[in-house]
Amino acid sequence: MCLALPGEIVERREGALPMALVRFGTVRREVCLAYVPDAAIGDWVIVHVGFAIQRLDETEARRTLALLASADDSLTDSGTTDTARDPEAR
Amino acid sequence: MKHVDEWRDPTLLRALADRIAREATRSWTLLEVCGGQTHAFVRFGLLELLPPTITMVHGPGCPVCVTPLEVLERARQIALRPEVILCTYGDMLRVPGVHGDLLSARADGADVRIVSSPLEALDLARRSPDRVVVFLAVGFETTAPTTAALIELADREAITNLQVLAAHVRVPPALDALFAPTATANTNVNVNVNANANANTDDTAQTPSDTNARIDGLLAAGHVCTIEGADVYAPLSERFGIPIVVTGFEPVDLLRGVLVCVRRLERGDAGVENAYTRIVRPEGNPLARAAVDRVFAVADVPWRGFGVLPGGGLAIRERFAAHDATRRFALPLVGGTDEPIREPTSCRAADVLRGRLRPLDCPELGGRCTPETPLGAPMVSSEGACAAYFSRRSAHT
Repeated sequence: MCLALPGEIVERREGALPMALVRFGTVRREVCLAYVPDAAIGDWVIVHVGFAIQRLDETEARRTLALLASADDSLTDSGTTDTARDPEAR
Repeated sequence: MKHVDEWRDPTLLRALADRIAREATRSWTLLEVCGGQTHAFVRFGLLELLPPTITMVHGPGCPVCVTPLEVLERARQIALRPEVILCTYGDMLRVPGVHGDLLSARADGADVRIVSSPLEALDLARRSPDRVVVFLAVGFETTAPTTAALIELADREAITNLQVLAAHVRVPPALDALFAPTATANTNVNVNVNANANANTDDTAQTPSDTNARIDGLLAAGHVCTIEGADVYAPLSERFGIPIVVTGFEPVDLLRGVLVCVRRLERGDAGVENAYTRIVRPEGNPLARAAVDRVFAVADVPWRGFGVLPGGGLAIRERFAAHDATRRFALPLVGGTDEPIREPTSCRAADVLRGRLRPLDCPELGGRCTPETPLGAPMVSSEGACAAYFSRRSAHT
């Protein structure tokens, strides 16, 4: 029930509620933007039962992936400094 | 970026599992709250990837599973009225009720339909002005805003033939019940928190019983926190002295959540940490929360497997009574009486939901209980723990 999938806004539509056409891979679906009304074309949103519930922060996504792939073990802003090194990253 | 594949990278997963193995110097038991996370742990083989020091216990985060039989029975009775079209999410239709599931009500003449969004229920009501469309709304904090939008829109556009049978539930009260033995003093105390937690008031924590699941840390459901914000768990973390890590749903997210939680445990830190930063903001989604507050009031509601939880759910406010199916259809329950409905004794769903019984240890799993012939909701729902293990087991045989 809490399943929510990321998709990219390809078109904005106005109606009784702000709507958008969102692309999920090869599928496009109409999605309600009532809770992320300022999301624009090209933005990624996370969609649950036909509603965008948040914008996906792409910069943050890249930063997290870079951190995880690097030898830097501080996983989050509050993470500890850790000297352990990941063998894959050498 | 596709925002899916990157979070399933096998090399990254192995590296994360290695780090967890290296950093966990002792055994830790973590509970993931959400059934979607349970399914991902099982489906992607992450439990096998984790070192033996880490034990995952599966939590109650399956709305379909915790919806009480009374609600299912009420939905069924409403569905049998000739003027009604009952619509709900697909998983709800297969949950065994007192007189079979909602799907079987179709055989008795009920008009029952599947929707994948609340707005589809509104379209249905618009297209069927001579019928009453009843939307059976289930779900946690993630889903409640979407039902709120439906009710506000129906109200604004005066679509009076749209009714909502709301069974929305809230996560924190259930976690309170799981972690606070005193809160469930009259029932079996099932979970002892880590001994360093709240030791002065919690005497069972000092003498953990082997038969009870001990929970050291919690992976909080990322999409609930998308709405509520990460801070919603701060009081719980403080009260029970456990780390709570806001965690996403992809494999990399889940192992990252485990690693962050293990690090906090190894350091002896409780507190709340956000490990799903691309989606969850500290403040959550205030617009969505405001809509929920306008439409619903927090209420004491029954949870399957838990009993009535104070503040455990949401009730439609008086202001929107015209769209509240419980007011329009004030039906007596089973057999014309309001007797409480007894849970079937053959299904140990309550133990599964409370982390007391692992699905694989249930004698019925895969025998009498399968997705085709489910004994209880956790075998039906796409978030039910039993269904997760059943499909994994089937994939291996």
